[in-house]
Amino acid sequence: MKINVLEYLDEAAAAAPGKTAFSDGADGLTFAQLYGAARSIGTFLAKRGLSREPVVVFMPKSPQTVAALFGVVCGGCYYVPLDDETPRLRVEMIFEKLKPRAAICVRETRDMIKSLGGGCAVYDYERAAHTKPDGELLEWIRGGALDTDPVYTVFTSGSTGVPKGVVANHRSVIDYTEALSGALGFDGETVFGNQAPLYVDACLKELYPTLKYRAVTYLIPKKLFMFPIKLTEYLNEHKINTICWVPGALTMISGLGALEKKPPLHLRTVAFGGEVFPMRQLNMWRACLPETRFFNLYGPTEATGMSCCFEVTRDFAHDEALPVGKPFRNTAVLLLDGDRPVTAPGETGEICIRGASLTMGYWGDPERTGAAFTQNPLTSAYPELIYRTGDIGRYNERGELMFVSRRDGQIKHMGHRIEPGEIETAAMRLDGVTAACCVYDEAHRKIVLYYAAPEELKLSALASHLRACLPGYMIPHAMTRLDAMPRTPNGKLDRALLKSGLNNDHRTEDAVNGRTAGDTARVAT
Amino acid sequence: MEELLGILRGLRPEIDFGTHEALIDDGVLDSFDIVSIIAEIADVFDVSVGAEDIVPENFNSARALYALVERLLD
Repeated sequence: MKINVLEYLDEAAAAAPGKTAFSDGADGLTFAQLYGAARSIGTFLAKRGLSREPVVVFMPKSPQTVAALFGVVCGGCYYVPLDDETPRLRVEMIFEKLKPRAAICVRETRDMIKSLGGGCAVYDYERAAHTKPDGELLEWIRGGALDTDPVYTVFTSGSTGVPKGVVANHRSVIDYTEALSGALGFDGETVFGNQAPLYVDACLKELYPTLKYRAVTYLIPKKLFMFPIKLTEYLNEHKINTICWVPGALTMISGLGALEKKPPLHLRTVAFGGEVFPMRQLNMWRACLPETRFFNLYGPTEATGMSCCFEVTRDFAHDEALPVGKPFRNTAVLLLDGDRPVTAPGETGEICIRGASLTMGYWGDPERTGAAFTQNPLTSAYPELIYRTGDIGRYNERGELMFVSRRDGQIKHMGHRIEPGEIETAAMRLDGVTAACCVYDEAHRKIVLYYAAPEELKLSALASHLRACLPGYMIPHAMTRLDAMPRTPNGKLDRALLKSGLNNDHRTEDAVNGRTAGDTARVAT
Repeated sequence: MEELLGILRGLRPEIDFGTHEALIDDGVLDSFDIVSIIAEIADVFDVSVGAEDIVPENFNSARALYALVERLLD
């Protein structure tokens, strides 16, 4: 039994040293090169006195970034990958919380980290990766590592405006890697086309299975996801046969007509998750690729990526919903109404998860950890944690788990999990904005921000301000100024009214009228 | 052209679309913007942008995009 994710790397480097592991299409690293670079970086960090602490990896997506992640683990630390396009303010908030002592950067990213000041040393990737590995030191570090030690911390949206860091350990990552690989049938012939950024847990689907099976992953350049034919040409050029993408990326291909113009030729496995895949789009994919296996994945970052999977084998009408399916091996789902298990078919409850795939909780935040990771109410005989997802589910007549809704206002957009509170807090940081409310327009897949501000406040000023505070995926697609926010009788923001109305009466000249015309579903029809 | 600029400004109020020549190369637009632009062009100009026209050259500037719309209208 594996107790350290690096065992995957050791075995791959020994069995297939010359095979390419990760490539961006032009530049790649073989398993031996990846192993060598990781050990060099591990030695470099350990020799600087770093141990059992977060090390930030602030690099653009590349095979070298993957080596840096494994290098941090080799050095006995855990990696904190940050998007190299993260606005400064957000990086500051994360650093304020984490107070990291080291960051690995490249030339283009080091100035930002250096300018933050504080006690964070900025190390150049190339320098670290060319350190002579110290085998004895690395072996000593490995000898002291447990499978309950952290591997990484990834930051996800927080409702108070401050991002939350989810801490995952070796045990949960190994459990997830094994369960996902088994369910989706990865093997030595697998050629992954990676879409997920390396700073979210979604990239685990390619990262560790690539090592486990000595497979290969192409890190697809982000820009290709704007140009559907270029994207399918890339898939064909590299004979990519397995993709685990957000539905938005798949819809980009099907909705804009690329399936007919330039169909992907080698795909045998298509998995998707992170948000609902419009059934009409999924049906277009299935019609185009009848031999391909399609999987719907579901799971929270707090349970190390994905927890459940449904293979799409039967037909679904355009207006039917896709099941979340069944939990992975060694994971269980409880449907709870408070502490009471929901058993009647059709009855709804909160989806709760238990098993070795549970992460350790939120970095430096015992309060929120305690609220989400709670004692399993079905036993009081011994301590056992479950994770309460905040997702409401039910079982269908076939016994398959169905996702129904969110318990709170959390938004899922393009596979990203977004707390409206984070966008609202950012908006209210601008002088003049006195209230803000963010809702999701599901039909048009748009984030809509309502804000109260004087008429003089320019929409462009708010847009620029938000760009400076928030990552691109959190920027609202429509912003509407109101003179005052609607309130419920007890004085709370009337989120439900704003959501149901998106109501025209309150719109002003400043509003982005007609923005709701941008409808991805319409592109499809 | 004014109509097109209106669409673009609606999407990204903070960008000066009149002068920007590298909307793709500089990473100003993302994939969601592209999908939205195509949908709105379809709506306003009653033309449909085919997959083969969704290439960086046609989206780098408002002018290039307008040239595409004119081609499609012909």
